[in-house]
Amino acid sequence: MTVAEALITPFADYAFMRRALVACMALAIGSGPVGVLLMLRRMSLMGDAMSHAVLPGVAVGFIAAGLSLWGMTLGGIAAGLIVAVLAGAVSRNTLLREDASLAGFYLASLAIGVMLVSTHGNSLDLLHILFGTILAVDDPALLLVGGIASLSTLVLAAIYRPLVMECCDPGFLRSVGGRGGLYHLVFLVLVVLNLVAGFQALGTLMAVGLMMLPAAGARFWAREVASMAAVAIAVAFASGYFGLLVSYHFRAPSGPSIVLVAAGFYGLSIVFGRYGGLLSGVVRRRHFYR
Amino acid sequence: MKRNLIALGVAALAALWSGAASAKPLDVVVSFSVLGDIVSEVGGSHIAVVTLVGPEGDPHAFEPAPPDAQVLAKADLVVVSGLGLEGWMDRLITASGYTKPVVVASAGIASREMEEDGAKVTDPHAWNSAANGAAYTRTIADALAKADPANAKAYAVNGEAYAAKLMALDAWAKQAVGTVPAAKRKVITSHDAFGYLGAEYGIEFRAPVGVSTEAEASAADVAALIDQIKAEKIKAVFLENSNDPRMVSQIAKATGAKLGGTLYPESLTGETGPASTYVKMFQYNIETLVKGMKAN
Repeated sequence: MTVAEALITPFADYAFMRRALVACMALAIGSGPVGVLLMLRRMSLMGDAMSHAVLPGVAVGFIAAGLSLWGMTLGGIAAGLIVAVLAGAVSRNTLLREDASLAGFYLASLAIGVMLVSTHGNSLDLLHILFGTILAVDDPALLLVGGIASLSTLVLAAIYRPLVMECCDPGFLRSVGGRGGLYHLVFLVLVVLNLVAGFQALGTLMAVGLMMLPAAGARFWAREVASMAAVAIAVAFASGYFGLLVSYHFRAPSGPSIVLVAAGFYGLSIVFGRYGGLLSGVVRRRHFYR
Repeated sequence: MKRNLIALGVAALAALWSGAASAKPLDVVVSFSVLGDIVSEVGGSHIAVVTLVGPEGDPHAFEPAPPDAQVLAKADLVVVSGLGLEGWMDRLITASGYTKPVVVASAGIASREMEEDGAKVTDPHAWNSAANGAAYTRTIADALAKADPANAKAYAVNGEAYAAKLMALDAWAKQAVGTVPAAKRKVITSHDAFGYLGAEYGIEFRAPVGVSTEAEASAADVAALIDQIKAEKIKAVFLENSNDPRMVSQIAKATGAKLGGTLYPESLTGETGPASTYVKMFQYNIETLVKGMKAN
């Protein structure tokens, strides 16, 4: 097997591999920057919370429209938005931190979801049906993740400066007359859109994994938010590419392969990372004493 | 769930009513919808059946609620399919304190093995062969007769009649599949619950994912399947009612195969659906398969 055969042929031969790769690219562009900002806000676990918080919306979508992916996705987005916005509002207006208020709302939401499913539905696992897999990406799913990645990029570009300021120093933003609450709200909407689109198209593991792992790794390689986001996008896409190849050549399940490649990068970054990695401290100290 | 509650209400009413009238019907709890229909056919009016996993439900995964344990505690007889299908049942029985007999309807059936995550496990989907369904029927009729000797004769008569109906169905299915040339008897579906059906009636089933609805396919598996479909020119691709259909539609699209409709391997549909009873489910599955295979 030549290098070209190993790296390119799988994508040239099979449409499902190409679709999966394009879906990874869209997910990387949409989720990379969002993941970096989430990490800087110390809300890295929001993705997992969201994967449970969408359940009541999915159930309402199912009860209203039957087994329709669009109904269930719209319901999921609505439930995710309600939870995110309520959690954001509580953390801004009370003494509770955002992670705690999010935990409160997502648990309540999950409980409502389980209640709805068991009283109105049947024993079908709705989340199992809603959550897709990377190998089964179809046209609507591709359009959905692609559209949301585009929207997310444009909106982030428009609100980038005040949003970064809001993340790092909300007091300063308020003192110069910025409307931090508004930007925060728009950002939460973007987070929920990216996550729920990712769940529907690719599954929870992929959506959350490609959002947070590259962002956490990128923290060690860049100092500015913009360059961190660029590193995160590049790493997320590379993880998708190499993860798909691992899945193809070694018969491994695709979602876990991709996320494990991203986790490998994260692990290497912890050790070798230029800014604040384990070894960077050693090198710097020697340099200092010499 | 709603049906379970209705069935529970009916059972409770029946119990109240029978106190005044003659003998109380035997309370039988059955694990899932297909088996529930067979038990009802055999028991007729002498028993009150409660089915835990109702129509369109997945019998592999079930979250019992307290009323389910209550029903179970008051039951006179419990019927399960066995062969590892209802993994949740043992814990539910223990939790409910039920101590009377548990009938395993698949007892005595020559079980098949299937591959799951590389390991050999017993294939639980035995009812998809009508001959096995007849064996289920006889096992259930014997168990009902033992639990309720007063009506033993009725159970034996019902059981024999229903088993004969299923054997006739078995012969019909063999004849129907026989109209398809042997080389064309190949089908792809997203859930390999048709091992017994395939072995009994000579149909080869291919699946992209393993038996469990949780198994995730690898890119290599999907690529191998696409190559195989192209090489062997399989056109019959079927979705089923309790799994993710997107994977199958993707494979169908990549290979030019046609989607042949929905199959019902392990749950009945509601009253209005095409598979509201075991007999209708079996007929519908065979008819759909034959129609699809003729396009190969």
